[in-house]
Amino acid sequence: MNTIAAPFVQRRQPISSGGEWTFELLQRYDEAIAEVAAEFGLDTYPSQIEVITSEQMLDAYASAGLPIGYPHWSYGKEFIRNEQAYRKGYQGLAYEIVINSNPCIAYLMEENTMAMQALVIAHACYGHNSFFKGNYLFRQWTDAEGVLDYLVFARRYVLECEERYGIPAVEEILDSCHALMSHGIDRYPRPQRITPREEEERRRLREEHERLRYDDLWRTVPVSQQHGEETRDRREQVFPPEPEENILYFIEKHSPRLAPWQRELVRIVRKLAQYFYPQTQTKVMNEGWATFWHYTILNRLHEKGLVDDGFMLEFLQNHTAVIAQPPFDHPAYRGINPYALGFAMMQDIRRICENPTEEDEAWFPEIAGSSWLSTLDFAMRNFKDESFIAQYLSPRLIREFRFFAVADHENEPVLYIDSIHDDEGYRRVRSLLANQYNRDALTPDIQVWRYFRDSDRSLVLRHQQTRNRPLHPDDTDAVMKHLGRLWGFKVRLEEVNEDGRVTAARELRP
Amino acid sequence: MNSLIDRRLNGRNKSAVNRARFIRRYKDQIRKAVRNLVNERPIGEIDQGGDINLPARDISEPTLHHGAGGDREIVHPGNREFQKGDAIERPRGGGGGGRGREPGEGELVDQFTFTLSRAEFLDLFFDDLELPNLVRTVLGDVNQKKMQRAGYTTSGPPSQLSVRRTLQTSLLRRIALGSGIRAQLHEAQQRLDEAVQRGAPATELAALREQVEDCERRLARVPFLDDIDLRYRHRVAVPAPVAKAVMFCLMDVSGSMDENKKDLAKRFFTLLYLFLTRNYEHVELVFIRHTDNAEEVDEHTFFHDPKSGGTVVLSALELMHDIMQERYPSSSWNIYGAQASDGDAFGADAGKSARFLSEHILPCTRYFAYIEVVDPDDIRRSSLWAEYERETAAHFAMRRVRERGEIYPVFHELFKKEAA
Repeated sequence: MNTIAAPFVQRRQPISSGGEWTFELLQRYDEAIAEVAAEFGLDTYPSQIEVITSEQMLDAYASAGLPIGYPHWSYGKEFIRNEQAYRKGYQGLAYEIVINSNPCIAYLMEENTMAMQALVIAHACYGHNSFFKGNYLFRQWTDAEGVLDYLVFARRYVLECEERYGIPAVEEILDSCHALMSHGIDRYPRPQRITPREEEERRRLREEHERLRYDDLWRTVPVSQQHGEETRDRREQVFPPEPEENILYFIEKHSPRLAPWQRELVRIVRKLAQYFYPQTQTKVMNEGWATFWHYTILNRLHEKGLVDDGFMLEFLQNHTAVIAQPPFDHPAYRGINPYALGFAMMQDIRRICENPTEEDEAWFPEIAGSSWLSTLDFAMRNFKDESFIAQYLSPRLIREFRFFAVADHENEPVLYIDSIHDDEGYRRVRSLLANQYNRDALTPDIQVWRYFRDSDRSLVLRHQQTRNRPLHPDDTDAVMKHLGRLWGFKVRLEEVNEDGRVTAARELRP
Repeated sequence: MNSLIDRRLNGRNKSAVNRARFIRRYKDQIRKAVRNLVNERPIGEIDQGGDINLPARDISEPTLHHGAGGDREIVHPGNREFQKGDAIERPRGGGGGGRGREPGEGELVDQFTFTLSRAEFLDLFFDDLELPNLVRTVLGDVNQKKMQRAGYTTSGPPSQLSVRRTLQTSLLRRIALGSGIRAQLHEAQQRLDEAVQRGAPATELAALREQVEDCERRLARVPFLDDIDLRYRHRVAVPAPVAKAVMFCLMDVSGSMDENKKDLAKRFFTLLYLFLTRNYEHVELVFIRHTDNAEEVDEHTFFHDPKSGGTVVLSALELMHDIMQERYPSSSWNIYGAQASDGDAFGADAGKSARFLSEHILPCTRYFAYIEVVDPDDIRRSSLWAEYERETAAHFAMRRVRERGEIYPVFHELFKKEAA
């Protein structure tokens, strides 16, 4: 398709006009966008753009955007909720859904106009896609090559189990696992399993080491017999030797009651939780990055004359709606809009690089005046929401958003304004906002503390409180039941305050 | 290189299975909600599907998360007048809930509302019920048959002879049988002509002529029409279930039937109606109320218009019979009857009614149900009950109902899946 004019022509003909889209036009827009994206050096997986209907979009919604999922009632609930809201007009549908896989799958709704389709292509296939490929969390935690295959496997496995053991039995386990999904995540990568050859190599090195260090003299040193015995005993009694924060992992490996197929189900849910782990931590960055790029790319297309003014007006109207941030006392306020904050920060970084003010020079000496492309690229690759905000939120943005922090302390009868957008407050607001995106601060710190293997097989979990924040009482009781179901023996959840003392406990005997 | 795929033709209802799972899981709650819905609606509108409300608590998925309490700071945008150190009243309802909502937390909804389609609604409602004998009598040994064309056969009555088809076969047969002979004839004729031209001797000519004539004779022996050519139009009888049903609601509205009893009766009629609509394309309702004489009325009058007087059950049965004769011949209508009464009948009325029922009405109906609505503390047998009890027809059933809660179990029992 050789329709794009030679490169030396500066102003070109618009690719299309009007709202109707066709597959041929989609293709041409995609090519134009790809060209611009290459100018900016975006590194992406190949994309697979799929055009779907609104019903299919509703389907995709229900399963958290995954193209293949195992059947579960909670997805049905989600589907019904969305469908109801959509049919009654309370909620529109997302223009796109994009899946972190290789090739990166992006869903486009057939109802979108041509301008919207172009926006979505730029947003999903170049914005999100390059984020998935570049960001360290995604690189570390998700296997874009294998995710679709794993989903297919998971679905088939669950269906097989349902056939063999009955739907209720499978549903029970999945329910319980879903309840613990937020605590089924490895936050630190485990070492790769070593191959037999490596193991052999290590053994050889150990022996060599022993040989070099061998000194017959050591034999004559008296050994404290008693002391050695004691530590060994203690070590045997205490299991796990170190607390385990991945509760689902511990259950999968050590639950005394679960059958092998049930363990596999636990594993499937755990893997899914892990797959979503980077997404939850990079919402602001990911959306900000994608929004920044669709904005930049489409403006560039307009500069080149490839899209007309009507296109731009429609695009800008939608873009503005997406990045709207209502103030806290507005009825439409639903917390901080990740699109708004992310886009503003990305734009702001570019501004600091291109036109730094005195304030910027003082706050960001290392990026003020540098190349915006490489600065943004570095930020995209090496941060998550928490660190990104802590690093790059400028005083100017704090003023623009008019951020303020409210302190809610248990012992105070009223709430206090902790800090606002003034010289005194910038750093405080910034670090508080960053912490608001810190997953570790949001999810209660609950770890497996003891497993009494040799006595009553009971399991002890500990919740390490931070700043006296308790667990939600009713929900925790409900989750305890799920834990009991997975564990099969007594389960105890202890509350530990900041001094390290156990203050309360709940127990469940199945 | 990006690829572009049109997935619009792929399956749309990927979530249907999950939706079904959801309904399956909360069947009990949903069924309860359906029951409540039924109570609120008029009979004719009952099968519309509808909005189901479930308490959000029941279907929530618990996770481990922080509750109210403890210390924390929350950042919000849009500050207008606050200065550092300002004190704000705690918002109502949250001990330590902070201002507004948690980021990303949607509005709390107490009710989870969703719409059941008509089919789902009814399926839930009739879950394990079955119309009495329906499968067997209406679809199994059907009396109603419809003739349908089914191609052609080689045998049949002369009236069904298909001339066109018969001649087609005959033509085919004649061509098939005659083709070899015709070829020989053609050859013989040519040889004869040749011989005549070159002036062959008379004996040779005679022999050739003989050959030609022989062929012609053989050709003539192929009959124009043979028995095997005959084709008849084939007709088969297919079962044609009568897709129409009429339901007669008979109710005693004399003074002793108070609002509560009428309400019970309405519920019963509703259930039967629903049941019928599920199995017949078209269901008509006839409401007959009676005191000492019977009249046909509309639904509203039937249930809500007060009337007083004595009780003559027979009048209602007679009116039902008349209407059946006049408007709903049993050859084309499935007739169902449901009678609700408190059982009061005086003198010979009970006996006459029972006889009329078994002689004139039961033979024409598919099913007749009698329910006796009685006061909660009433245990005596009514005269009508005593008379009806002698009736033994398989498609007649009777039950006593005291309270609202009994309606459904009774109905369930009446139309229980016939295991045999």
